[in-house]
Amino acid sequence: MAVKVESNKRLVVAVIIVAVFVIIIAKLFYIQVIDSSYKFSAANNVLRYITQYPARGLILDRNGFPMVTNKPVYDLLMVKKQVVPFDTLEFASLLGLTVDQVREAFVAAQKQKGYSPRKAVTLIKQIPPEYFARFQEKMYKFSGFEVQPRTVRSYTLPIAAHLFGYVGEVDDGTIKTEPYYQSGDYIGVSGLERSYEKELRGKKGIKIFMVDVHNRIKGSYEHGKFDSVAVPGKNLTSTIDARLQEYGEKLMQNKIGSIVAIEPKTGEVLAMISSPSYNPELLVGRDRATNFKLLQQDSLKPIFNRSIMALYPPGSTFKVVNALIGLQEGVLFPETRYSCYGGYTIGRGVGCHNHPSPVNLIQSIQVSCNTYYCHVFRNIIDKREFGSVENGFSVWKKHVESFGYGNKLNIDLPHELKGIVPSVAFYNKYFRKGGWNSLTIISLAIGQGELSVTPLQMANLVATIANKGYYVAPHVVKAIEGESIDSDYRQKHYTSIEPKYFDYIIEGMDLAVNGPPGSGSTARIAALPDVRICGKTGTAQNPHGADHSVFFAFAPKEDPKIAISVYVENAGFGATWAAPIASLMIEKYLKDTITRPDLERYILEAKLLDRRAKKK
Amino acid sequence: MQRKSNILRNLDWIAVILYIMLVVMGWLNIYAAVLSDEHRNIFDFSQRYGKQMVWIGFAFLMAFTIVYSNDRIYPAFAYLFYGLIVLALLATLIFGRVVNASKSWIPIGSFGLQPAEFAKVATALALAKLMSGYGFKLSGLWSYVKVGLVLGFPVGIILMQNDTGSALVFGSLILVLYREGLPGWVLAFAAFLVLLFILTLIYNTSTLLIFLFVLTVFLFIFYTRRYKDAFRITLGAGGVSLLIYLVSVLFHLKVSLSVILLVPLVLSVLIGLIYAYANRLKIVYLLALFLLVTVGFSLSTDYVFERVLDVHHQKRINDLLGIENDPLGWGYNVNQSKIAIGSGGFWGKGYLSGTQTKFNFVPEQSTDFIFCTVGEEWGFLGSTVVVILIASFLLRLLKIAERQTEHFARIYGYGVVSILFFHAAINIGMTIGLVPVIGIPLPFFSYGGSSLWAFTIMVFILLKFDAERYGAY
Ligand SMILES: [Zn+2]
Repeated sequence: MAVKVESNKRLVVAVIIVAVFVIIIAKLFYIQVIDSSYKFSAANNVLRYITQYPARGLILDRNGFPMVTNKPVYDLLMVKKQVVPFDTLEFASLLGLTVDQVREAFVAAQKQKGYSPRKAVTLIKQIPPEYFARFQEKMYKFSGFEVQPRTVRSYTLPIAAHLFGYVGEVDDGTIKTEPYYQSGDYIGVSGLERSYEKELRGKKGIKIFMVDVHNRIKGSYEHGKFDSVAVPGKNLTSTIDARLQEYGEKLMQNKIGSIVAIEPKTGEVLAMISSPSYNPELLVGRDRATNFKLLQQDSLKPIFNRSIMALYPPGSTFKVVNALIGLQEGVLFPETRYSCYGGYTIGRGVGCHNHPSPVNLIQSIQVSCNTYYCHVFRNIIDKREFGSVENGFSVWKKHVESFGYGNKLNIDLPHELKGIVPSVAFYNKYFRKGGWNSLTIISLAIGQGELSVTPLQMANLVATIANKGYYVAPHVVKAIEGESIDSDYRQKHYTSIEPKYFDYIIEGMDLAVNGPPGSGSTARIAALPDVRICGKTGTAQNPHGADHSVFFAFAPKEDPKIAISVYVENAGFGATWAAPIASLMIEKYLKDTITRPDLERYILEAKLLDRRAKKK
Repeated sequence: MQRKSNILRNLDWIAVILYIMLVVMGWLNIYAAVLSDEHRNIFDFSQRYGKQMVWIGFAFLMAFTIVYSNDRIYPAFAYLFYGLIVLALLATLIFGRVVNASKSWIPIGSFGLQPAEFAKVATALALAKLMSGYGFKLSGLWSYVKVGLVLGFPVGIILMQNDTGSALVFGSLILVLYREGLPGWVLAFAAFLVLLFILTLIYNTSTLLIFLFVLTVFLFIFYTRRYKDAFRITLGAGGVSLLIYLVSVLFHLKVSLSVILLVPLVLSVLIGLIYAYANRLKIVYLLALFLLVTVGFSLSTDYVFERVLDVHHQKRINDLLGIENDPLGWGYNVNQSKIAIGSGGFWGKGYLSGTQTKFNFVPEQSTDFIFCTVGEEWGFLGSTVVVILIASFLLRLLKIAERQTEHFARIYGYGVVSILFFHAAINIGMTIGLVPVIGIPLPFFSYGGSSLWAFTIMVFILLKFDAERYGAY
């Protein structure tokens, strides 16, 4: 009996031992085989991913001159756990910051998403090399800090800010939608930096290290099997001529407006100036946010790219479009003459200036006769075959749109506006159905009224005239290192007007610039002795202040190399300001010298900013 | 010459081989845990694996000495050893070196000895001596007082050394008492109290009171099969609770939930006692007592936890129970330990390929947390093999202990099994988050001379007894 009890007790002890170890094995099975979260935590512990940031691609001008390059900056990272108290004042002054800024940086760093005191987090961004060099000498005094080299943009010339755009840190929304980006990455926010972000950014690399519990690097993970090298961004060759761009910006100093110059045959944008502009360096580095705010608050809107975002009435330059439509529709002939006695007197009437009368088609362009185009416009809209005003207007609108008006030209820059060409529906709503006719909308005859275009569309129109009937969508990048550009930028877009009709327009524009004195030529000021410039002035009425001075031209007449549109806001007659600016630009581009220093000085010294608010 | 060969033949070679396997695997894991790129030479005695090799050499030497010396000295000098070790513990308390907040080291040159490790052997011997004494029977208060005294001295001094882990090890000797006559229900009740203690820390008092009441009612039904009375008492207790609650709400009194539950509990106990007297049911007296004791225990646990345990242990117990979920704070050790073991997966990362232990994410990776290296590098497969090896070794020793004809040897054998079992189960349990972090080594695996020698001596004294068993006939 006693033996049995005792052997039972041995069994109980054995069962307890076995039971406990079975529980242990069960738990081991759970954490080692079933629950995979420990594997992630282990990798988290041991692996440190260090991003290798590539340098962004350079942006060169059409002659290979590097306009946008990169310069090194340094991000300072910290591992909070390893930071020992240090001399904040020295730390701050070495980095060129105030003690308060350093404190704020510490607070901000610890509020970052995914912050851990054991992991390196960015403390201070974009330390310029000169400060970093000083800091590096003293770095041994500060434990727990690491350095991450980065590159930011550097600009050879302080020009073309709108074209280039700027680079900023990627926002949370983008990180969510595009998995390539991680917090702290840079991304092109506007301009070329934005539209060619994928080409410019290159490819980030990664180095995976194993670290110990003190975050010290113990070697590469799996001998670098999973590492990748950063691939630098591709270089862009722009269509911009840096010298022309720089000269244009100089001419537009103290003026508000825009210049767009295009090579007609290719659609390559040679210069695109929006004034006032800013130095692109302002939006680089540590002061970016402050400077951006200042630029944003500026009432002259320097960030606003007027070349593709400002909408202006085309003014008298639009007469050439009406002339072409009239010719195409057979309601206008080169020999058609209309008399002008100071204006078109039917309906509300449209005034005209003093010029010889009567005029034929070519002369009408030379002298820019308003009366002539009121006739032409009404003849188009009221053409018997169309049957109704609405039909006539629709045909007219279709022709206008074939010039790229009322639609985006799809330039390779973000935020392009499409301009406005009113529709039948618009007038039916604005007046009422049947409540309007060619006379009601007569302003369209001279490029006023409900019509608005961007300076780019104006330049595209003159390029189309130079090409006698087609345009290539304007673009600012002609080559991407190792890649051809979009085929859309090599395609010819033909207008709905037969090429033969363009000759009359070109003749008119030639005479407008090069006509003899006293013949009524409106743009004689633009004439160049040995280059035949064809141009057309305009004065766009501005309901908010003084009229805008408009001019567009191409040259040379025989083999057009440059087509240009100039808008100077609130500057009055097109001949006064816009024409000489265009002429100087053409001379600069074709001759690379300025033979008319007086004219140049006249433009450079003009300060037209204060005329903004004055009502004529 | 003749005698020597007999001894070797009589030695339990299964136990010896298991012992050697454990020691060798232990060393391999210490090597893996400590290994860094700078030190590769296995004979580098500035490194722990180099030193451990020396300790293992000494341990084998001790084993030989024990096997080839007279085994009669142990029963004869058991009290002497015990007395010397108590003195050594006292000396440590006064002159010792503080390591990890415990003053448990005696410095000898550049090394140190932990007398607490050897105290386990001496106490097991002294307990065997006491309980194998002529006429000793584990019944009556006096016998328990004597046992208590033998355990009390070393436990008390070790507690004063602030080495709670080692002190708790002596609690495992309850298995010896159980073998030698302690009633089974005491063992079960002790286990229940430990469980209750842990439950108290996890759940709030009210939940626990309801749990205890329901448990008692179930026990009542189980023993008496009086369903109707069980139903009545439950309904009554519930009604009283509701009544107190309604009254407190009606008169806007602030009565805590514990009080609302405690009043009907006490009433139930009183009614239970009357019920037991009226129906002459002895079991109901016991159940009422059970309820009273466990409720009292639960209520006092919070107090014990707050006042008796120091912050160090409170935190560790809280971590284990997931009460303070703070992976980088106090729970860091267990969390990292689980990550290391868990990341090993089924097959393990391969020998010397562990990253968590190698890069020091696991604390005390070569001593208390050596099992992490096993788990990470050898995976579930390797850990299971190790666990099974340890369990087999224990079961083998249990078999050896039970087959001793001599009382002294058998009692001592059970002591060895209990102590090794406690060490292994608690150590592995703590690395995988089953039990609180208690700083005790994994036998034969953890780095350290003192524990390896103490366990070796402990095991080989038993094996020596076993080998001499035939000679005794
Ligand atoms: Zn006229």
